[in-house]
Amino acid sequence: MIDVSGQAAEWVVEAPEETAMTDLGAGLAAVCCPGLVIYLEGELGMGKTTFSRGLIRAMGHEGAVKSPTYTLVEPYALAGVEVYHFDLYRLGDPEELEFMGVRDYFRPDSICLIEWPVRGRGILPPADIGITIAPAGSGRRLHIQASTELGGSVLARWRQKHRSQQRQ
Amino acid sequence: MLILGLETSCDETGVALYDTTRGLLAHSLFSQVDIHVEYGGVVPELASRDHVRKALPLIEEVLAAAECSPEDIDGVAYTAGPGLIGALMVGATLARALAWGWGVPSLGVHHMEGHLLAPMLEPERPEFPFVALLVSGGHTQLVRVDGIGQYRLLGESLDDAAGEAFDKAAKMLDLPYPGGPHIARLAEQGNPDRFNFPRPMVNRPGLDFSFSGLKTYTLNTVNDCREASGLTEQDKCDIARAFEEAVVGTLVIKCRRALQQEQLSTLVMAGGVSANRNLRASLGKALAKEGARVFYPAPEFCTDNGAMIAYAGAQRLLAGQVDGENTAVRARWPMTELPPLNEQQGAGA
Repeated sequence: MIDVSGQAAEWVVEAPEETAMTDLGAGLAAVCCPGLVIYLEGELGMGKTTFSRGLIRAMGHEGAVKSPTYTLVEPYALAGVEVYHFDLYRLGDPEELEFMGVRDYFRPDSICLIEWPVRGRGILPPADIGITIAPAGSGRRLHIQASTELGGSVLARWRQKHRSQQRQ
Repeated sequence: MLILGLETSCDETGVALYDTTRGLLAHSLFSQVDIHVEYGGVVPELASRDHVRKALPLIEEVLAAAECSPEDIDGVAYTAGPGLIGALMVGATLARALAWGWGVPSLGVHHMEGHLLAPMLEPERPEFPFVALLVSGGHTQLVRVDGIGQYRLLGESLDDAAGEAFDKAAKMLDLPYPGGPHIARLAEQGNPDRFNFPRPMVNRPGLDFSFSGLKTYTLNTVNDCREASGLTEQDKCDIARAFEEAVVGTLVIKCRRALQQEQLSTLVMAGGVSANRNLRASLGKALAKEGARVFYPAPEFCTDNGAMIAYAGAQRLLAGQVDGENTAVRARWPMTELPPLNEQQGAGA
């Protein structure tokens, strides 16, 4: 684990209900930058797409954020950046990613949000930020980990933003 | 006019030959080809999205089945979107290369327009205008259709598609993928009075759908059963029943509402979920009460297929629409952006 500028590269935060989950996504949207690769893990129904919806809408997308389970990836051309929302749930083998031209999506000017990254292990680039969602009472707990320098600095700003919002 | 249609927007490679006077001559999907024999042991699982290796043998197969040769073909239609860019690109470049080589026009077709027009492949066809429910693993949309290319989106899913909800509920019940048919089978043995699942968004005005909450409700019910006494076979059947009724109930209510709003009496249903027997029966019954009718494609044309692309492409090619110089495929492509068919030129076969 990389510790960046004295900030812990790990963060555990609770989302008691759906709006808290979309707010967390929106918080990450406010501090994230092109080139970021985000993994989203957790069982079915944990709110991975809900988190993604919060992030993508906060980045300026108007309209529905559909689950990309069937299409595998949904592209969003937003102000100055392409966001690719992947869901690899239906992938039979990581090599199938090559058939869908996965390398074209991971660029310095795109942000990639990946649900079920475990299905693409070995082919996917490593995550800057990994988020694992688990049940916590009737809500959810997010275990967030930064694994690169870029991820570490984004996580630090994300936490800071979250703290200042909590105070308001 | 004989049209070759190619569908490669996602998982399936579909090829078909449609003639504007003789109708559908032949169609084939990847799974019908023995690719093991042709390519010496390619693992189909792995190759499920490998359209490159599947398309040509399929084209040869449909040509042979229809007793046609490439010289007979008057145009090539292919899916130009929406879908996976890589998969679309394979179909588009192949279709355009073939058309160029044969000296005939090509045309990129909208995948959802293909689904929407699939019921036109049946002997008894709906007449415009109608409301279409497009319901599959990737889409849940209600569209007003006044003619080919004259579409207005009335409502759509804000999160999960209905077919996806089926697949995910199936996974929670430890059933194989794709889950729709398995849920339907268990639901037949389920007790309809044990659970009552919420009908998402039916109490709100408007024609949008949301199935994400139903997924979470199903998960909680499954977990409650596991904790109580372990998930029994009867639990699974009862949950499947309640789940299916919630999805079907929601779709039926929204379809009725859409017909009332638009003051129409014809509904067209297409996409993979439209093969669900409970949905067909419930919708038929609910609409019959109001003097409305429902049309749907044959089961093999509910899911992705080449025939619907050949048909949709044929209507537009017949009206004189052809591709521009550049090959353009689109991952995202609202159906409402499609041009209408020029009615003087257009003619249904």
